[in-house]
Amino acid sequence: MGKVIVVTSGKGGVGKTTSTAALGAALARMGHNVVVVDFDVGLRNLDLVMGAERRVVFDLINVVQGVAKLPQALIRDKRLDTLYLLPASQTRDKDALTEEGIARVIFDLRSRFDWVICDSPAGIERGATLAMRFADEAVIVTNPEVSSVRDSDRIIGLLDSKTEKAERGERMAKHLLISRFDPGRAARGEMLNIQDVLEILSIPLLGVIPESEEVLRASNLGAPITICGQQSAPAHAYMDAARRLAGEEIEMLIPTEKVGFFTKIFGRRAA
Amino acid sequence: MKLFRFLKPISSAPVARERLQILLEYERRMVSQSSLIATLKDEILAVVSRHVSIDPEKIHVSVDRGNGFSTLAVGVQIPNQVASEGGVLQAGVAGQS
Repeated sequence: MGKVIVVTSGKGGVGKTTSTAALGAALARMGHNVVVVDFDVGLRNLDLVMGAERRVVFDLINVVQGVAKLPQALIRDKRLDTLYLLPASQTRDKDALTEEGIARVIFDLRSRFDWVICDSPAGIERGATLAMRFADEAVIVTNPEVSSVRDSDRIIGLLDSKTEKAERGERMAKHLLISRFDPGRAARGEMLNIQDVLEILSIPLLGVIPESEEVLRASNLGAPITICGQQSAPAHAYMDAARRLAGEEIEMLIPTEKVGFFTKIFGRRAA
Repeated sequence: MKLFRFLKPISSAPVARERLQILLEYERRMVSQSSLIATLKDEILAVVSRHVSIDPEKIHVSVDRGNGFSTLAVGVQIPNQVASEGGVLQAGVAGQS
């Protein structure tokens, strides 16, 4: 039976979809069977980030309602043959997702894949609670910024109370993924540093993704960064995070500021 | 000294950290308190319903946070035919906070 991971954050725009795609592709590159599931009904975007937007025929709601069978809705990645996508629907009717329906689909996915990675919508409404409902573990994506940290704290509270695992009295494993980290600004005291965020949220660190132009380039191209920008710093950070998720012990490298020769001589460029 | 202040970078991160710590301590307490009130309400309703039939909407539970101790106030409204003096059963519990 596969493991169900929810990628969540509370706040929007922190990198949930990017991280879902990057972690999913990283695990697939390691040889695992992976499906990434878009729970953002009405505002689907995982298909676009994965470069599969023109191949969507059936979606999660079609499967939940029995209009389509699960294999009909799954889209196989063109670059990695162990990576699949289950897209969200574009219909605005969020009530089309029922808890029993989701439970059935997750159960089915669990038996077919090693990893079921659920991309949660922002907020703390029904869509977000349904995405986390049947998860075994959670990846909380946080930017080193006050509103993102506060919202992550709320989400941690929900993971400990509103999930099936929490209701059974079990502990939900939580992993913190800090994204858009700017080592220079953190060193100058302009941005919360890793230690600050860890102390405030007190959950274990899965990885630190440095702010990088490569992330936008990857979504422009419609490929997870762990496929199209494999040599970039964020791709390395995501690969390491995926290995840790799979249970490997990997040394945590906190990104540091790269100080070039000219910067050293002429001083820092203005941000 | 003011003259040289521009040489020192203004660090806003410690301010962010402190604001978050204070805010989240408060918010976590509020969330756990509201879930405590909901649990108390459910259990009181269950106990009272064993003896008298009451309207679930007619139970009020609240916590007043004071200096040194807090007060838990419970109000249960009972229909007239059951309680002959008709009315409201009230209880107050004070506890160390």
